[in-house]
Amino acid sequence: MSDMTPKSAAIMGAKNGSPFILVLLPFAVLFGVLANQAGLSIEAALGFSFLVIAGSAQFAALQLLTEDAAIPLILLASLSVNLRMAMYSASLVPHLGKAPIWQRALVAYLNFDQAFAVSSAKYQDEPDWSISAKVAYFLGVAAPLATVWYIMTLVGVLVGTSIPQEWGLDFILPITFIGLFAPMLRTLAHLAAAVTSVLVALFFADLPSGMGVLIGAFCAMIVGVLVETRMEKREAQ
Amino acid sequence: MIAEEKVWTVIVLLAIGTFLIRFSFLGLVGDKELPPIVLKALRYTPVAVLPGMVAPLVLWPAATQGMIDPLRLFAACVTLGVGMWRKSFMPAAISGAVAFYGGLWVLSLAS
Repeated sequence: MSDMTPKSAAIMGAKNGSPFILVLLPFAVLFGVLANQAGLSIEAALGFSFLVIAGSAQFAALQLLTEDAAIPLILLASLSVNLRMAMYSASLVPHLGKAPIWQRALVAYLNFDQAFAVSSAKYQDEPDWSISAKVAYFLGVAAPLATVWYIMTLVGVLVGTSIPQEWGLDFILPITFIGLFAPMLRTLAHLAAAVTSVLVALFFADLPSGMGVLIGAFCAMIVGVLVETRMEKREAQ
Repeated sequence: MIAEEKVWTVIVLLAIGTFLIRFSFLGLVGDKELPPIVLKALRYTPVAVLPGMVAPLVLWPAATQGMIDPLRLFAACVTLGVGMWRKSFMPAAISGAVAFYGGLWVLSLAS
């Protein structure tokens, strides 16, 4: 189907992306609720979801804000959660690299996990689609999901105002983080990286908020790469 | 209460930084190959940051003035176990929340 029109590509994208509404919806509501409980205004909560539009990084920044961490540390820790997206960006280049700059900028803004995963899988299957069809497909996947993200953040903020502090919502954030990274622990290298991250962060827990996490993240990435390299060598033997 | 000014500084700078990361290759660098070691390291960023962030929150929760709380520890282990087993966010988060609130409820019955 190399004669795919942008319009039908966009519709197909919206269809293929729709199951992820169920994934993003509770997550966005949760962000709104927790932002509200942390004392953020409606505008700030929506500002996060509209301008940053990156789940884990938003939660990380929110957590560090409540710990009153210094701004550079909040930014470094939250941005390092997003570094994987540089990889997404690189792997879209063969497909979208020749699109007009404003389209690439739009795709970049919307390049969150689910939009990338769905679209790059499709590009593998349909390498012959025109560039405009590929861009349209990406936007078809991403735009509805982004809309859900904005609206449900707002719903979360509104819900949050009616939830009393005694509900122990403080612990929902750790549960969210664990729920996010636990499914990623598929290999020994990922497990080793996670354990390193925990141990180093705990060891440096007395440093200013956010610092231990950063040192831990740096060590964990090195450990992850080392273990992966070693496992590859072992398999090659 | 967090200062509104600080919140917006974080939002704007985080938004710019996140966009630049996402735009990096697509818009600025183009078709250059990343060194394989960098590509490898990038894949570990979520599991390198999030566990370290969560560990002190689980071990020394602010809600119990930093004392170890068996219930929170238990709920965290349930979330981790289910997440690794089912390899999906929702079952993990729901099990963790049920473990936590179920535990709170049982404790409230006992007291």
